[in-house]
Amino acid sequence: MTMETETRFNWGEIVRLGLLAAVIALSLNLIGLVGTFAGRDIIGGMVSVGHVFLFGAALGCGYIAAQRFSGGGAGNTLLGGLVIGLLSSLPLVVLVLIAEPLNLRQFMPYVSPALLEMLTFGQGQALGSLILIVVASVLGLIGAGIPLLPSRVRQPLIWGLAAVFLIGLLAEVIILAWGNQGLGLAIRRFVFAARGLSILGASLVFLIVVGLSAWWNSRGEGIKARVNALPPERQRNLRWGGIGLGILLLLFLPMFLRTYLTEVIDNVGLFILMGLGLNIVVGFAGMLNLGYVAFFAIGAYTMALLTPSEYGVAGLSFWTALPFSVLAAVLMGLILVIPVLKMRGDYLAIVTLGFGEIIRILVLSDFLAPWIGGAQGILKIPNVSVAGMELVKPEHLYYVILAGCLLALFVSWRLRDARLGRQWRALREDEDVAEAMGINLVKTKLLAFAIGAAFAGMSGAIFASKLGSIFPHSFNLMVSINVLCLIIVGGIGSLPGVVVGALFLVGLPELLREFAEYRMLMYGALLIVMMVARPEGLWPSEVMKRELRAGSEEPLPAGFVVSSAER
Amino acid sequence: MPMLEVDNIHTYYGNIQALKGISLTVEEGEIVTLIGANGAGKSTTLWTIAGLLKPRQGKVFLEGEDLAGYKAHEIVYKGVALVPEGRRIFAKLTVAENLDMGAYHRSDRAGIAEDLERAFTLFPRLKERRSQVAGTLSGGEQQMLSTARALMARPRLMLLDEPSMGLAPVLVENFFETIQEINRDGTTILLVEQNAHMALQVAQRGYVLETGAIMLSDTADGLRQNPMVQKAYLGME
Ligand SMILES: Nc1ncnc2c1ncn2[C@@H]1O[C@H](COP(=O)(O)OP(=O)(O)OP(=O)(O)O)[C@@H](O)[C@H]1O
Ligand SMILES: [Mg+2]
Repeated sequence: MTMETETRFNWGEIVRLGLLAAVIALSLNLIGLVGTFAGRDIIGGMVSVGHVFLFGAALGCGYIAAQRFSGGGAGNTLLGGLVIGLLSSLPLVVLVLIAEPLNLRQFMPYVSPALLEMLTFGQGQALGSLILIVVASVLGLIGAGIPLLPSRVRQPLIWGLAAVFLIGLLAEVIILAWGNQGLGLAIRRFVFAARGLSILGASLVFLIVVGLSAWWNSRGEGIKARVNALPPERQRNLRWGGIGLGILLLLFLPMFLRTYLTEVIDNVGLFILMGLGLNIVVGFAGMLNLGYVAFFAIGAYTMALLTPSEYGVAGLSFWTALPFSVLAAVLMGLILVIPVLKMRGDYLAIVTLGFGEIIRILVLSDFLAPWIGGAQGILKIPNVSVAGMELVKPEHLYYVILAGCLLALFVSWRLRDARLGRQWRALREDEDVAEAMGINLVKTKLLAFAIGAAFAGMSGAIFASKLGSIFPHSFNLMVSINVLCLIIVGGIGSLPGVVVGALFLVGLPELLREFAEYRMLMYGALLIVMMVARPEGLWPSEVMKRELRAGSEEPLPAGFVVSSAER
Repeated sequence: MPMLEVDNIHTYYGNIQALKGISLTVEEGEIVTLIGANGAGKSTTLWTIAGLLKPRQGKVFLEGEDLAGYKAHEIVYKGVALVPEGRRIFAKLTVAENLDMGAYHRSDRAGIAEDLERAFTLFPRLKERRSQVAGTLSGGEQQMLSTARALMARPRLMLLDEPSMGLAPVLVENFFETIQEINRDGTTILLVEQNAHMALQVAQRGYVLETGAIMLSDTADGLRQNPMVQKAYLGME
């Protein structure tokens, strides 16, 4: 944990943060993020995602300033936040003033009349600029004010705002899932505006979440303590009950989500499957693998070749071909791991990166084209079918993917605490010591790669049958990077983290079509923000959590050593 | 038959020769120390015995059995535990988890619990801190953890590489008493030490290493009386 050194309040730092906010706000305008997201309302007609991009920097920098000067007086801090907000708005005012006279749009295509309209709140240059300055300043001040609040107030407030943001962001999708009849329609009219939440809906969501969060803050510890005080037997029952309920919910999910959203969830599921595999290699065993997409590709191509597709050679059904796809990926994993057994860190990353590219170039090559289609890919891969019924709709395929994910989750979960999991952990921490402690490095690495590859192979096989056709360009480096990002953002080594990361990095961009153009930019920005603000990930594993608040003592459950040694 | 017999080993790092024909023996139940200047090859000797480095020439025998064909992890199963130099603990894991790792290949639950209790008796400091993250232990505590972790494998031969490094003078004496206690409980010990004073007090015999070769070997008392050893390693004129 980095020690928060208490800096004395100083205006130089405030001005620096203000300029930083200004640069961020201006660039988000110039690259079109603000304008593009202006149509995505969070609260209908009032606040859009564009506004968040516009003022986020002021709010964020105000917050950072207040954290940095936590020792200074509240008055100074708030004033500092105000100044930061003010500074952040100045270049935007300049932009408003010079845009038309200089015809900026010629070379800055995103500085459109619509954007200028938004920046001035539709009130004309003079009044509009003033409003802009005031709003930014107030938001800077609010940002600086948040850390000053006692955490009992701050936490519910942040949760409430986050909930409004998320629900408003996904309003379109939620409406889509909700349907158009009966009670659903009535509630929908009430809570949602034409775009985004209605003011009433937003207040409602905010109040409910703030209430829940405050209630949990005051009672949560007590409830946790009561649960912990239950006899272990009851605790286990409770946990299994929870898991059972979760699975039941998952089983009925497609009925609530309907076709379009289920399709999105299916794609998320394929990435969860890959993420779980890579999590074993990178998260558990600590070996960086940048060529992970290769195993996904091999699973997909094996499926295509073994089923009666365009280039099919065996005419097997999906279910018969699936084990072979997994096996092919595993074999490839074992082949790859042999040359990298002695490698660590950067060398490992580079070799695996090369491996991924080799596989992609091979499937793309003219040399292999007569057998696997080259750049044209392979078409007419049959659908998955169960008992003679073809699973065409996303709602049906969902169950195949769900089964795969649950299996992978179960395997990862069991292995993590088993002897193999502990071998991986030792390997990740210190390879030499692991060896000196009697860990067979070769076997341990081999198993990590093989199991990781198996999950990716399964994901690839389902992917091929789901799409019905595969093309080499679906298996590029970006897939590997995507999967790696989702485990990092979710929390390296954490199983729920993989799920959260996939929902966040794969699900969200698919739901918000505005993202398409900015996807890579968002990834980069998100990774940087995560590394600075929450390096342990959204849902960190126990070990990561501990590492980051090292020093704080937390008693282990009694008998920990014995019980985990037994397995 | 000696517990450990090292016969004329030559170990290289690439083309650099670190050991130029080391031979030594350790009898069952003994504490034998290996002293020498920095870079003499003490750690390299221990690593070669543990199988982490393979000698280009020469052999290592454990109770008469040639270890050449065994991998490092198999040598651990045979009862050899190395405590590497420089507190190589698993920094992100707790003390308890570190100890647990030391016993990772064992499945005798009762035996592990027993050894854990013993480790905690030998190092009471660790018991207090069992749920603390190992990386946040003090240097000396980490050193104790490193030794205790090796004990969890219930080794018959322990290779200790500078275990007293970084311990406060008050603790050093205590620590060496602990090592003698471990030895009395039936573990044979090959001890590499900078602190030749202490090492020669607890050991029965010793070897002096210089630039990859054994210069001297004698009983601990003999070495303490040796003028050359006194001058070079005990700081006496
Ligand atoms: N990984 C390595 N690569 C190359 N040379 C090495 C390596 N490790 C050690 N050496 C060299 O081998 C020789 C013996 O090193 P070793 O670590 O065994 O010394 P030591 O007696 O343990 O010293 P110290 O008391 O400082 O721990 C030294 O000259 C060292 O520079
Ligand atoms: Mg050394």
